[in-house]
Amino acid sequence: MSTLDSKIPEGPVADKWTNHKNHINVVNPANKRLIDVIVVGSGLAGASASASLAEMGYNVKTFCFQDSPRRAHSIAAQGGINAAKNYQNDGDSTYRLFYDTVKGGDYRAREANVYRLAEVSASIIDQCVAQGVPFAREYGGLLDNRSFGGVLVSRTFYAKGQTGQQLLLGAYSAMSRQIGKGKVSMYNRHEMLDLVLVDGKARGIIARNLVTGELERHSAHAVVLATGGYGNVFYLSTNAMGSNVTAAWRAHRRGAYFANPCYTQIHPTCIPRSGDYQSKLTLMSESLRNDGRIWVPKHLKDVEAIRSGKLKPTDLKEEDRDYYLERRYPAFGNLVPRDVASRAAKERCDAGFGVNKTGEAVYLDFSAAIMRYGREKAHTSHLENPTDDQVRALGEKVIEAKYGNLFQMYEKITDDNPYKTPMMIYPAVHYTMGGLWVDYNLMTTIPGCYAAGEANFSDHGANRLGASALMQGLADGYFVLPYTIGDYLADDIRTGKISTDSKEFEEAEKEVKNRLEALVNNKGSKSVDHFHKRLGKVMWDKVGMARNIQGLEEAIAEIQKIREEFYKDVFVPGSVNEFNPELEKATRVADFIELGELFAKDALDRNESCGGHFREESQTNEGEAKRDDVNFAFVSAWEWTGNPSEAKLHKEELVFENIELKQRSYK
Amino acid sequence: MNLTLKIWRQKNTAAKGEMKTYKVADISEDMSFLEMMDVLNEELITKGEDPVAFDHDCREGICGMCSMYINGEPHGPDRGITTCQLHMRKFKDGDTIHIEPWRANAFPVLKDLVVDRSSFDRIIQAGGYISVNTSGNSQDANAIPIPKENADLAFDAATCIGCGACVAACKNASAMLFVSAKVSQLSLLPQGQVEAKDRVLNMIQQMDDEGFGNCTNTGACAIECPKEISLDNIARMNREFLSASISK
Repeated sequence: MSTLDSKIPEGPVADKWTNHKNHINVVNPANKRLIDVIVVGSGLAGASASASLAEMGYNVKTFCFQDSPRRAHSIAAQGGINAAKNYQNDGDSTYRLFYDTVKGGDYRAREANVYRLAEVSASIIDQCVAQGVPFAREYGGLLDNRSFGGVLVSRTFYAKGQTGQQLLLGAYSAMSRQIGKGKVSMYNRHEMLDLVLVDGKARGIIARNLVTGELERHSAHAVVLATGGYGNVFYLSTNAMGSNVTAAWRAHRRGAYFANPCYTQIHPTCIPRSGDYQSKLTLMSESLRNDGRIWVPKHLKDVEAIRSGKLKPTDLKEEDRDYYLERRYPAFGNLVPRDVASRAAKERCDAGFGVNKTGEAVYLDFSAAIMRYGREKAHTSHLENPTDDQVRALGEKVIEAKYGNLFQMYEKITDDNPYKTPMMIYPAVHYTMGGLWVDYNLMTTIPGCYAAGEANFSDHGANRLGASALMQGLADGYFVLPYTIGDYLADDIRTGKISTDSKEFEEAEKEVKNRLEALVNNKGSKSVDHFHKRLGKVMWDKVGMARNIQGLEEAIAEIQKIREEFYKDVFVPGSVNEFNPELEKATRVADFIELGELFAKDALDRNESCGGHFREESQTNEGEAKRDDVNFAFVSAWEWTGNPSEAKLHKEELVFENIELKQRSYK
Repeated sequence: MNLTLKIWRQKNTAAKGEMKTYKVADISEDMSFLEMMDVLNEELITKGEDPVAFDHDCREGICGMCSMYINGEPHGPDRGITTCQLHMRKFKDGDTIHIEPWRANAFPVLKDLVVDRSSFDRIIQAGGYISVNTSGNSQDANAIPIPKENADLAFDAATCIGCGACVAACKNASAMLFVSAKVSQLSLLPQGQVEAKDRVLNMIQQMDDEGFGNCTNTGACAIECPKEISLDNIARMNREFLSASISK
């Protein structure tokens, strides 16, 4: 079995990044003007990389499938962004952020990458503030912080429940400045449908203009994929409707290894589903767990009464409630990491304690926090002997200032007022830690093809901590990729413009054209969504929060059947050469079906529980996840060989020199 | 519930459009408006007809992509939300619902309910930023304290999602609320002061070049804005514009 070269620099972990930057090749400013870089995706990683590369002098072409780069799904991130600033003087440091991230990822991430992430985190905040990102502030005018799941310090910077939006608009504005200068050419409503390799190097893409349907060839000296995650393989997820795996999957089919596809984050606090027509799930930020207490009734008779509407949750006495996270994990309580919180909710609901009609919901209750804040506020405003109602009103104001937009969103969707009655929540697919395998320079196994942000696999191991996705996207785009890409491009200063008239471009375009025409000419009887929903159900039921050998084997067989039927019976209306949203969906779902099979195969192969990947065969007597470091302390990187079922496994051994491997405990 | 939908159909920018009538049945009140549109499209596809094209992405009210003019109001009858957050419980059995695209010269229709809003992007490119390059050594984020009040006002302005409802709501198709939200955000922060004058002049120039109309202070934009961006921002931008015009 071949080994993967992760190119981790020598030396102590704290010095690796500085040493590496000092020794890699640099392209001189005059030569950067001769080099083109394609960036696919305009989220945090894509927009920040585009802006930074253009500022350095490269000619950048950026692509997004939405009508504007500002729509990328990073915009929906709510809670915040971590940075080891230690503004709260609670003992935070680069090392502590590094340690928390490796531990939170259940020791399945690469130490050197995570350390670098922690190291550059502070610069991200400085950069964003300089750009005019309006982070939350305290009355003294300094930046405010909150704490997030899985850690014991307050290091999360935030802008109400819209942190992703504010950070993305910061990166978007930096990129817009470069578009205005002509250094970034922006291609809105364009979707990458294939990667083009010339002499084994990534030299361009085939993109479809989604308005006219035309196929376009675009060349560059390097291609950066910042195309996000693949949670929509589950059909229902908190991802945007258009989020897809196609760009990454096409690169995979061209030779980029796909790493740890089974590492998925199921987020514990989402609004439960309400019916079969549901098209997506909505997240309620994890920051709510700072102030909300999670519970279900202690007795099944109360569950029955609540479901039938005879009992209101607010009427249930304190001693009849089971605050199961506080009970099981006294040290971290409601702030345990996401994977732990999700499984605990599933455990209670599987045991019959779910509080809505589908049986898949638990309460997230703010009444204690409202009263606590209210009393504090009454005290500071010198209100003597306030009534409970006065205290509650004051407390609701505080909660509104912190989470107003989330509460409003909840009320609009469910028609329930979360200030007065507890929210109902249930876990949903949210983030994918797996992705394209990259080395320390963020280069995939295809020379010149890079992956940044959620699209790569590198920093979160088997579980991502809250507020770390924004950190990673911006770290990759602002502070890592713009430097490391120079090491590769230094060899290209004499290459000159890459022609798009070569046979490689021609063949790739022809392949895409055939693929699209086959879909619209198929004239089957079932819509694309029909297949997507079926795929999603198999994934959720058998490759979801808990997985076992039998289910996974069934899933693989079922997904193969869905793929076969898809190509036989899918119906895509309209033609290739027009604005055709159904055709867009069809190409994405076709790739999701292939990815889904590899995903299940990876989950089957990894016979241990780690982070978001829970194998029922591998658990402790108390039902907690049991990792197997002897046999599975490696990254699974899959090579495409023509069919997902025949993908070839390569292993990157994970070496831990700075952190001792321990079974995670949040008790 | 059962509904009658009258929907704008237009094959492409050049084609002439028209309203067409459709019926949908058994719509649940817990559905979102876009899920109701999904049901309609699924039916159209099954019948071999062309589904209705509409923009949408995050479906949680933040990306700003969805854009339907429903019964004469951008994003429909509810307040403080986008179309994707509008739920069918706001309608009654037997209702007739009119669905049109945003109407503005600066937002040409691409197909059915999909319009081209790249004019908004070009306004931001004209000056909606602070000219700071990426650097690993910019000053510490806490070096300049910012009064909480200003930071909060800047945040409120910055929550604009660029959906274009303000333009669609305005009888003059003015983009003043959108432009002023960005101008306000940056002028309220010390980091944005340096370029404040050029910014407001350049962004307004671009806004005019794109063909957006003038503001006559009817306030329809702020009422229909899904993020409830305040009219105060327009006042602030006018002040900035006036002072920049005099001193330049």
